[in-house]
Amino acid sequence: MAESIEELVSREYKYGFTTDIETDTIPPGLNEEVVRTISRKKNEPEWLTEWRLKAYRSWLTMTEPHWPNLTYTPVDYQSISYYSAPKQAKTLESLDEVDPKLLETYEKLGISLTEQKRLSGIAVDAVFDSVSVATTFKETLKEKGIIFCSFSEAVREHPELVRQYLGSVVPPTDNFFAALNSAVFSDGSFCYIPKGVRCPMELSTYFRINASNTGQFERTLIVADEGSYVSYLEGCTAPMRDENQLHAAVVELVALEKAEIKYSTVQNWYAGDKEGKGGIFNFVTKRGKCAGAFSKISWTQVETGSAITWKYPSVILQGDDSIGEFYSVAVVNNRQDADTGTKMIHLGRNTRSTIVSKGISAGRGNNTYRGLVNIGRNAHNARNYTQCDSMLIGNRCSANTFPYIEVKNSTSSVEHEASTSKIGEDQIFYCKQRGINTENAISMIINGFAKEVFRNLPMEFAVEAQKLLGISLEGSVG
Amino acid sequence: MIEIKNLHANVNGREILKGIDLTVKAGEVHAIMGPNGSGKSTLAQVLAGHPAYQVTQGSVLLDGKDLLDMEPEERSHAGLFLAFQYPVEIPGVSNSYFLKAGLNEIRKARGEEELDSMQFLKLLKEKMKLVEMEASFANRPVNEGFSGGEKKRNEILQMAVLEPKLAILDETDSGLDIDALKIVAEGVNKLRSPKNAAIVVTHYQRLLNYIVPDFVHVLVNGRIVKSGGKELALELEANGYDTIKEELQQTA
Ligand SMILES: Nc1ncnc2c1ncn2[C@@H]1O[C@H](COP(=O)(O)OP(=O)(O)O)[C@@H](O)[C@H]1O
Ligand SMILES: [Mg+2]
Repeated sequence: MAESIEELVSREYKYGFTTDIETDTIPPGLNEEVVRTISRKKNEPEWLTEWRLKAYRSWLTMTEPHWPNLTYTPVDYQSISYYSAPKQAKTLESLDEVDPKLLETYEKLGISLTEQKRLSGIAVDAVFDSVSVATTFKETLKEKGIIFCSFSEAVREHPELVRQYLGSVVPPTDNFFAALNSAVFSDGSFCYIPKGVRCPMELSTYFRINASNTGQFERTLIVADEGSYVSYLEGCTAPMRDENQLHAAVVELVALEKAEIKYSTVQNWYAGDKEGKGGIFNFVTKRGKCAGAFSKISWTQVETGSAITWKYPSVILQGDDSIGEFYSVAVVNNRQDADTGTKMIHLGRNTRSTIVSKGISAGRGNNTYRGLVNIGRNAHNARNYTQCDSMLIGNRCSANTFPYIEVKNSTSSVEHEASTSKIGEDQIFYCKQRGINTENAISMIINGFAKEVFRNLPMEFAVEAQKLLGISLEGSVG
Repeated sequence: MIEIKNLHANVNGREILKGIDLTVKAGEVHAIMGPNGSGKSTLAQVLAGHPAYQVTQGSVLLDGKDLLDMEPEERSHAGLFLAFQYPVEIPGVSNSYFLKAGLNEIRKARGEEELDSMQFLKLLKEKMKLVEMEASFANRPVNEGFSGGEKKRNEILQMAVLEPKLAILDETDSGLDIDALKIVAEGVNKLRSPKNAAIVVTHYQRLLNYIVPDFVHVLVNGRIVKSGGKELALELEANGYDTIKEELQQTA
């Protein structure tokens, strides 16, 4: 690997610092008044306040799901603060007005919000705790008619679009965490690509949880109008804290006719320490709808962080000839638990989906793939191909695969392949004989194992992801 | 170069090597022959440091340094190379990436500059030509889907790139047709120099027509029971191991 051995071994979670900044945080607890307060703080229109309240009321009737193959200490929803924002003077006119401390934080994370400093063509929306602090390259995008801004701004500036699509893919009543998010979501990113436009740069949101005892409930909505294309990246980190923090986001994607959305995530929330203390609980609902014919949505995710992950990026293949893809690498080490997978819901004719899941378990980690392929009555000629590979490092970790398949149309075909392998002593020895030490050997073997997924990541992200894998597995072999 | 004294080694609690003495000097090629299961591969693996084998007695010095005290990769950095009898597959990792990583680690350990991608590819191309390997193999995953013969040739390619001081070839000839055998032998012969040495483990005399050894040792049941010049190999070919075994029984 490009990385030196020393670097690799000595690296701890390097994003674990906190930023000392004045915040506007509401007291812990959740009730209708809190929901109203959030909405008021954001100057939202009444329809949105009502939308939130409706979600809150249905959340009250729901119970937390316990079916994922996870164990964790129950979340006390009354002890969390549902809104925390860095205090800053009014609405920002330009990046120059952003608190330098915040800019510094993002610099430290390797994300420069100062446009002239950014070499690569990536526009970034930075979300700090509950609010979006800066969006770069707005003007460049505007020329093409692309809207890329914080969710709050979208509510203000483009209420008709938000109202049309918000909750259209993930209804507020969808599940426990989605309902909670719908009630209290604070900010997130909004993106609209107009008809026939190919977005000239990668769009990216960088999520950062800073404040303690707060949950992060961001909401992302991406709408790709007919014949458009967008590639979207999402990155996340959090400070190291001893208590668990809740992250319950909702991401909705809508692809109209012949549109394509490529959504990539490198998730590196703090995972807790070796004994499993602290870390982020990551309960996220991500779903895309191929609403139009010949549309395409692909999810690519590299999941290395979080104490607990509960996440199933899914695609509803409604338009005829639409395509859904899911490429995932999930790594668990120490005491991490991940229950992740996808749902491919085939409704239209000739719809196709591909699922490639690579689970890597080390330490006492527990990695579960849970996937559903559903072929509806009218999905003539639908095709799915699923490949689930698990790799185990050491003897104390585990991997499970739960592929659910429901087929209601006999002209469709569903193909499933699965494998479990162990990094063999012989593979490591072979590398060592050729001069490569154990850490680098494992990193190499793992990256080889996950290659099919990395291939789908934008270049810069792929490099980052490969490094991450090495770090997450640090110390996993004795 | 390498000095092996009274080497005993176990696998799963069973003693396989029962006191090996062998000294190889720079510039020499030694052949080790012997029936199946006599411990030839075990010797090779023990020298390379495979963790499944426990050394219970004896010592090994490589250039005067305690080899048994080194990690496998340190042995590699010190110039020891093993061409595996059963090369290992590493899915998803390209041959050239793998080899470049190894070479640069070795160069670093030797205090040499690491090669960049361009320099490495140039070197790799040359060496691939040497072992008559098609260019496409550089981008294929390490040994995955290679035929038996291709795997062996790949071992020789790695040897040619890494330029070890001491190469141990474990039955690199088995499964090779005569043309491939010649290529492998040529690869070894090109590496031969007054500064290097090789231990060639083989089952058949055939390979030794092309790699002419300075010494031949016969390993039976974990011990070297007979040593001699290259003519010993011909003798074995003519009479088989049984005669040696009988001789042994008579003297016992
Ligand atoms: N990893 C191992 N586990 C168990 N037994 C082994 C292992 N390696 C070698 N052996 C045993 O040691 C003996 C010698 O094997 P080996 O060194 O491979 O012989 P050769 O290479 O001369 O054919 C055989 O009986 C073999 O079964
Ligand atoms: Mg053998």
